[in-house]
Amino acid sequence: MKMFKIASAYALTVSLTALLTACGGNTNTQSSTETQSNAIESAKVDTRVKDIRIVGSSTVYPFSTKVAQEFGNKTGFKVVVESTGSGGGHKLFCDGNGPETADVTNSSRRQKKSEFEMCTENGVEGVIEVKIGYDGIVIANAIDAAPIDMRLKDIYLAFAKQVPVSDTDCTLQPNPYTNWQDINPDLPPQTIEAYGPPPTSGTRDAFVEIAMEGGAKTIPCLAVLRKNDKKAFGNIAHTLREDGKWIDGGENDNALVQTLVNTPSAIGVFGYSFLDQNTDKIKGGYVDGAEPSFENISSGVYPVSRSLYFYLKKDHVGKTPGLQEYALEFTSEEASGPGGYLEDIGLVPLTDAERAKVRADVENLRAYSQ
Amino acid sequence: MSQIENPETKSKKKKNRKSGKKPHKMTSLHNSEAALLRLKKRRAKEGRFILWGRLAIGFAVASLMWLLFSLVGTGYTAFTQHFITLDVKLEASILDPTDIRDPEKLRAANYRRLIQTSMQAQIEGVTDRKEKRALFNLVSASGATNYVRQKVYKNPNLVGQTLTVTVPTSDEVDQLLKGYIDRETPEARRKVSNQQIEWIDELVDRGVIKPKFNTIFFTGTDSRDPELAGIASAVVGSLMLLSVAFILAFPIGVGAAIYLDEFAPKNKWTDLIEININNLAAVPSIVFGLLGLAVFLNFFGMPRSAPLVGGMVLALRAFPTITIATRAALRSVSPSITNGALSVGASHVQAVFHHKLPLAAPGILTGTIIGMAQVLGETAPLLMIGMVAFVTEIPTSVMEPASALPVQIFLWSDSAERAWSERTSAAIIILLLVLITMNGFAIWLRNKLEKRR
Repeated sequence: MKMFKIASAYALTVSLTALLTACGGNTNTQSSTETQSNAIESAKVDTRVKDIRIVGSSTVYPFSTKVAQEFGNKTGFKVVVESTGSGGGHKLFCDGNGPETADVTNSSRRQKKSEFEMCTENGVEGVIEVKIGYDGIVIANAIDAAPIDMRLKDIYLAFAKQVPVSDTDCTLQPNPYTNWQDINPDLPPQTIEAYGPPPTSGTRDAFVEIAMEGGAKTIPCLAVLRKNDKKAFGNIAHTLREDGKWIDGGENDNALVQTLVNTPSAIGVFGYSFLDQNTDKIKGGYVDGAEPSFENISSGVYPVSRSLYFYLKKDHVGKTPGLQEYALEFTSEEASGPGGYLEDIGLVPLTDAERAKVRADVENLRAYSQ
Repeated sequence: MSQIENPETKSKKKKNRKSGKKPHKMTSLHNSEAALLRLKKRRAKEGRFILWGRLAIGFAVASLMWLLFSLVGTGYTAFTQHFITLDVKLEASILDPTDIRDPEKLRAANYRRLIQTSMQAQIEGVTDRKEKRALFNLVSASGATNYVRQKVYKNPNLVGQTLTVTVPTSDEVDQLLKGYIDRETPEARRKVSNQQIEWIDELVDRGVIKPKFNTIFFTGTDSRDPELAGIASAVVGSLMLLSVAFILAFPIGVGAAIYLDEFAPKNKWTDLIEININNLAAVPSIVFGLLGLAVFLNFFGMPRSAPLVGGMVLALRAFPTITIATRAALRSVSPSITNGALSVGASHVQAVFHHKLPLAAPGILTGTIIGMAQVLGETAPLLMIGMVAFVTEIPTSVMEPASALPVQIFLWSDSAERAWSERTSAAIIILLLVLITMNGFAIWLRNKLEKRR
């Protein structure tokens, strides 16, 4: 008897699932009056008509999902956006050219040469590169803390693991600086303490490549080294200090903002949109005299900014319905133009000329080459 | 604790050994000063143990309360939302200049301008372009345009008429009225300008903006806009995952346990299998995701983001838990039950299935529910098989792309807009409620089965 109970509870769940699977169409607004057989038929149709599948960067994810939503509303096409990170996205994207592979990958940096080659090797040829806008990387602190205005050189000297003894003598020493004033007397007299993105993050890569490397380049003897031995220079410029002055925060930038509010002496490194949303709690530090603002990032006056991209398989246009239309929606004025809905959520738009060029690439399906 | 007590217990053991040498002096053993001292010490120790126990419970309860209070404290406001009522004139000249009433064309038309016009009808004297934009930002741009859009798409005859709609305000207005945006903050640092606040207060006074129960949160699917985001698609996705995982893991887990405990020969092979099952329970869950990616997606070519694959991966996660719990439950049944059955002529299979298993059922079910609760909270393995995704439709079959509730919580918590924090907390409250319901059901089932024992 009791065995029967267990068995019947199990059978109940099985049949409930079957019901959920078969009649699920009823929860869909489009087909509220469908009979079960119709629902099964429409499910068959659903598997035939492919969704647009997007993978890639978590930085581009908010913009990509916004376009997916607006595009879906306007046209009824279904877009599935996965947040896998830039590297993971390129891997999935270049995995093959079949219909089950991703149509688009979002990226917070350009596709690497190795990734492009992987694509070609796996038969993915004709990739269209679409630049969508810019993202500033800000160095912020609590709203009531001392304002910061640092040069790229200060950033390098504050966070590198090894720094040259002086501007002209490139003998390396472990980073001796503990106070901002040791580096630059104009900076506030505070201990160096920074919270930044972990090594897995694309924001970290961009910070290291743009801010740290940019700072290292301004030191004359390192500039010479860069010409002679690029690899050695890269090592010196890209390695962050490990003595506790730079602290890897989590991937969650909201938590980072909270940390800055609680620790006024600390500074934090994260994407511009989090500064934009929290201007009542934190303020962005000036870099090379430029404030991290929409206008400055867009014009390139603010030095620490990067371009955001998505990549599209030319071969999938026509096979994945709505794919080109999605890319056109993304590059439309309403979406990524000045005053568009993507600007509202923190994307720094391209200039009109740049956007026109990118849009033409999408219209003509012009593949790019490395 | 144990470090402090160890020397004491050692010394006590020594004393016991000493006194144990003369067992016949019973009276002095209990009444002597040394004995009384020992007794006092023992009682103090017991008292201390109870105190520690109480402190442990107190600590556990306090942390749970703290978690619940902070969650409910930030989350409860997400259950209401501010809505704005607008008269939208569906002008044919904007929506359908060619007058064909083609639904597809109507769907792609520019609804932004209609909403802008109806907002300007609410507040007089807004002419400046910048002001118009600020005024339009009070309403949920995506929510309002899409609401009208879908109405017109379904019923093209509406064009030319005036529609009265109640749509969500923008998340910033909602946050301001809920007090999450401080009016005292200097204007430059605030997301809402002084003029906007003036407008909002006027609209609230006139009853155009009103708080309402947030049905969107329960019936809506995931959205990029916090004011439109809901948990329905994620909840359905999670239910599908749970069902698939249960259907696979329960029979396999229970079956494996019964066979291993009752019928399998005891040799080094079954020992090895047992060790492996126990190890499997401790494997980090991301490993199951990698396995799912390699086997189900790459080898069998199953679709990405499908709850079927997710459920299969999570079944692997739940199966060892269920097996271990089932074996413990079977062992706790008194051998006299089986022996009794065997002695009156039942076969081994009959003895196990008719007598032993029903008595073990409460334990098995508890183990299963714990396994399922683990599955409900998993996100890591889902990343590998593509379920950390933005899905705007409620999945209708286990082969369609879906997300899951914990995944959605994770994605929401990492979004920049302030309004996400209350929604994240609210979604966690829902997840906890589902867990409590599941555990409650397990307890109810267990009590019911135990009564009939």
